[in-house]
Amino acid sequence: MSNNTPTRGPGHFVAPLEETPLVAVDAIKLDERKSNLWIDAWRDMRRRPMFWISAVIILLVIFVAFFPTLFTQVPPNDDCQLANSNGAPTGEHILGFTKQGCDIFSRIVHGTATSLSVGIIVTILTTVLGILFGAFAGFYGGWLDSVLSRAGDIFFSIPYILAAVVIMSVFSAYRNVFVISLAIGIFAWPATARVLRAEILRVKQSDYVMAAQAVGVSNFRILLRHVLPNSIAPVIVVTTISLGAAIVAEATLSFLGVGLPNSTMSWGNDISAAQVDLRTAPQTLIYPSLALSITVLAFIMMGEVIRDALDPKARAQR
Amino acid sequence: MAGYILRRLLQAIPVLLGTTFLIYFMVFAMPGDPLLALFGDKTPNPALLERLREEYHLDQPFIVQYFLYLGGIFRGDFGTSFSGEPVSEILARTFPVTIRLAIMALIIEFVGGVIVGLVSGLRKGKLFDASALVISLIFISLPIFVIAFVAQFIFGIQLGWARTTVSTGAPIQDLILPAFVLASITFAQLVRLTRASVIETEGLDFVRTAYGKGLSRRRIIPVHILRNSLIPVVTYAATDFGVLLVGATVTEGIFNVPGVGRTLYQAIIRGEGPTVVSFVTVMVLIYLVVNLVVDLLYGLLDPRIRYVK
Amino acid sequence: MSDPTTTPGARPLLEIKNLEVGFQSSDGIIPAVRGVDLTLMAGQTLAIVGESGSGKSTTASAIINLLPGAGRITGGSILFDGKELTNYSTKQMEDIRGREIGYVPQDPMSNLNPVWSVGFQVEETIRANGIATGRKAVREHAIQVLREAGLQDADKRLKQFPHQFSGGMRQRVLIGIGLSSRPKLLIADEPTSALDVTVQRRILDHLETLTRDIGTAVLFITHDLGLAAERAEQLVVMYKGRIVEAGPSREILENPLHPYTQRLVAAAPSLASRRILSATQESATHSLSDLDYAPTTVTEGIDLIAAAEERVERERAGGAAPTRRPDAIVVNDLTKVYKIRGQGKGSAGEITAADHVSFAVEKGTTTAIVGESGSGKSTVAKMILKLEQPTSGQILIDGVDVAPLKGRSLLDLRRRLQPVFQDPYGSLNPLRNIGNTIAEPLLVHKAGDHASRRARVLELLDQVALPQSLITRYPNELSGGQRQRVAIARALALKPDIVVLDEAVSALDVLVQAQILKLLAELQSELELTYLFITHDLAVVRVIADNVCVMQKGRIVEAASTDEVFDHPQEQYTKELLNAIPGAGIALGV
Repeated sequence: MSNNTPTRGPGHFVAPLEETPLVAVDAIKLDERKSNLWIDAWRDMRRRPMFWISAVIILLVIFVAFFPTLFTQVPPNDDCQLANSNGAPTGEHILGFTKQGCDIFSRIVHGTATSLSVGIIVTILTTVLGILFGAFAGFYGGWLDSVLSRAGDIFFSIPYILAAVVIMSVFSAYRNVFVISLAIGIFAWPATARVLRAEILRVKQSDYVMAAQAVGVSNFRILLRHVLPNSIAPVIVVTTISLGAAIVAEATLSFLGVGLPNSTMSWGNDISAAQVDLRTAPQTLIYPSLALSITVLAFIMMGEVIRDALDPKARAQR
Repeated sequence: MAGYILRRLLQAIPVLLGTTFLIYFMVFAMPGDPLLALFGDKTPNPALLERLREEYHLDQPFIVQYFLYLGGIFRGDFGTSFSGEPVSEILARTFPVTIRLAIMALIIEFVGGVIVGLVSGLRKGKLFDASALVISLIFISLPIFVIAFVAQFIFGIQLGWARTTVSTGAPIQDLILPAFVLASITFAQLVRLTRASVIETEGLDFVRTAYGKGLSRRRIIPVHILRNSLIPVVTYAATDFGVLLVGATVTEGIFNVPGVGRTLYQAIIRGEGPTVVSFVTVMVLIYLVVNLVVDLLYGLLDPRIRYVK
Repeated sequence: MSDPTTTPGARPLLEIKNLEVGFQSSDGIIPAVRGVDLTLMAGQTLAIVGESGSGKSTTASAIINLLPGAGRITGGSILFDGKELTNYSTKQMEDIRGREIGYVPQDPMSNLNPVWSVGFQVEETIRANGIATGRKAVREHAIQVLREAGLQDADKRLKQFPHQFSGGMRQRVLIGIGLSSRPKLLIADEPTSALDVTVQRRILDHLETLTRDIGTAVLFITHDLGLAAERAEQLVVMYKGRIVEAGPSREILENPLHPYTQRLVAAAPSLASRRILSATQESATHSLSDLDYAPTTVTEGIDLIAAAEERVERERAGGAAPTRRPDAIVVNDLTKVYKIRGQGKGSAGEITAADHVSFAVEKGTTTAIVGESGSGKSTVAKMILKLEQPTSGQILIDGVDVAPLKGRSLLDLRRRLQPVFQDPYGSLNPLRNIGNTIAEPLLVHKAGDHASRRARVLELLDQVALPQSLITRYPNELSGGQRQRVAIARALALKPDIVVLDEAVSALDVLVQAQILKLLAELQSELELTYLFITHDLAVVRVIADNVCVMQKGRIVEAASTDEVFDHPQEQYTKELLNAIPGAGIALGV
């Protein structure tokens, strides 16, 4: 550097122009690829192994739920023999038998649809309610916000599994997938609503919302076109994670005996039934638990991956 | 501060009314005979039905029923259990046990969660952090009853380190394993939250300035990073207390801990509807009180809340 | 000169040689500072000037090793008081920081820990640097530090929390902390950029007095060339991680040699307003074009004088006839009162954001509303845009009262009256592409079919000098200045008569700011626009506005033509504002 520091010190130093050639002020440099929040998030996600692992598990679970017979030829219930009670694995029955002498693997495969449907119905319910309550409360504010938020507070103050226990006790005569999903979802939505409301309050302050108002865009259109799309990212994260939580909730209710009737095949019921034989036949408990946990883990991992991909702050933190 | 406390207390009133009304509404405003519905496929004996009908004032219009029931709650009268024992008496007997278990679990959760989360956040991207993240994810994915059974199987049956069921007096040493089980899920959440909070705080301007003014890292970590990171962690702990309540029900049931949770657990298993409703109400009230206390604590933790508004 | 061994007794306090700093990224190390040499003598003040990303802050942080996470010193040496700092351990550096080199950060709002009292944060500094020991001594010293920093009743203030302090007071605390151990060197990183100009001036004056008394050398980091020249004897101009020019401040300002410095001088509003001032004082017949600073190609499009010239020419084209054009905007007695929830018991209080504000804007001219934060200038703008309802008073747009307008007629008003807002990163919806963003007003007002709307969008992109290929791109691919161009294009889509510019250039770097101001001036003459220009920056006003309203605490305290306000300010507050323009104290030989 000695060649370009001739007048350093009290003198007047000027760097040679070749060293830092001037660039046009505010020149436009465009990447060849387009980029916005969603495109960037997708690019970010597909580089992560965790995304692919959870995506494969989730797709597999969905596939098993729709086509259980592709995975096992053994009927889950019709072929049970008490002689096989808690029996060890044999060639065709790779995971062994339940207390009733049913094939564990087949029951897990056929129970997938139940757990997944509860997860999906609950998620749809909480998302719809959460978006309605959160969006209107956050966007319109004022007395509407007060009313909706207080309602949310009340629902939020009853832990949703306890609420579901009460509902399922009252509706003990109508225990099916829909009722149990409703019982879980009706008290689980405030979490989604709160997240969305907070985000909308933030986005609502943006200058582009004011610019749209100044152009004369109607309030409802501003909500749909500008505010909601920019507030939805954290809702997607919450939704993905809550799908896993809903599956756990169903299993917990079934475990407590207020979930689905024993005739319905579900992982929760199988785990519940296995608890008495924990000492003698731990496999009857462990395999359905494993199926449940891996599925839930996949959804939670997916939620985390999406969160990291959508939130540049979280990305910088890793 | 006094104004803040008063405002918080006033805000708790509508929520208290709302939650109790909601529970009551779910049970007693449904079409048909609520009592018969509560007993499900069982047929209770007519004498009991008659007693319950009187106790819940079912001959009155719904709204009058609710207020009579609410009045009862304020007098500490939560109804009578299936066996005829007043719920308040059961509570007096079982509550101390649950409190003991809960305090143990909370200590394990907080001390462990905050320490692991802090170390994880400060060493982000290192091996410790990566393992903590993976392990906490696995714990979050496991339903509490699975954790309870696995713990019972490994530590109780295979290793023989702990009793699989708690003996009648519920001594502390028997409660250690259930406390760990109860703490496990919220512990994992707490690790993740503390970690995220620590990483965020570490990047804030005042931490940089603290270095700039000559403070050592040994002072900055507890005084500036950890202290500020605790604010969101404590808020979270309040909302997550609900998970702890459900967890207590399952854990006390599985380990046979003679607390409030087990009473609820057994009532659910046996299909004793009215008892279930009473105990759920009690738990929701506990939840409300805990949230209120944490809200007030929040004012202590964050001077911005204490002085403004 | 540069070799300390040959000039005994004049060893520099700080000597940086060939410093290289890089940021670790997944694609390798990205250089941020490239071969910087810098010498600072004891007791001297040196300013590093540059735009964002020039490496000025990184250079300063490198000295006390406060580089953010991925930053590393990759080469060179930093000699402080004879000690080589680049190979200091963490522990050794802790002893240097605070004790020998003080540090004052940029944003007073975020640099004090909100959960600890101010006294606690001063006291821990005193303890950590071993200035005093023992509870009582530390406390007394803390009070002394705050008193020195210019805080009234310092002993009571100790117990208070940062949020109970104003921005200026917090910055005083931070300065007090930075100077508490009488360091040999103080690094001040944009110490007043987040503050109002009058506060900025008072705090910098105070800092100057303190450091002179203690004999502390100051390394002053700023983006404002005028401010740097006013506050420092020595100036270093950085561009893209390198030093492009260095030397005595006056010398550089009067005789900038590097083309980049020439650009900066041409674009700095504070200097431009000085240049215009001295020209108008010199002679009334003096044409602005004579002022053109060394008309080289490098300053083209960014010389602020060119923007001012556009305004003068437009006035001339409008004819020398003294006939006043009709008023585009008339505001009468406009008042806005906000109800706020008071302390403690929820008692309601009131804040008068705008207090009987009256003014008029002639068609085709620019009126600036100037004020500091909380003066109510933005509230007035929002009421005119009908985004806020006035509590009382009247707004006439082209002679029509806007209060009763609804539906169709309101939509018609909105067509003629469009805003451009401050934050370039918040002014565009990140999820809509540029084409859709500019076309939205056309769509809402059902103007034309798909093809004609597209043609209009392309035309608008041309008008704001953006390439047409941007039409399918998203805002996050653009810089702040480019986003403001898109925002201007959106505002112009419906061919409005009036544009309300709410701090529209305040968040931009000076060069980009000058470019946008020039664009605005060109668009005004081309499309005969009327501008209402809301700003806190009086220097910019000199360049762009015909008339000025000065606002303070919701009231207009002075309103007159720009020349009058600048040359013969009537109100004390206006004089204060004018004095606070950085560089106002420099006599410039234009």
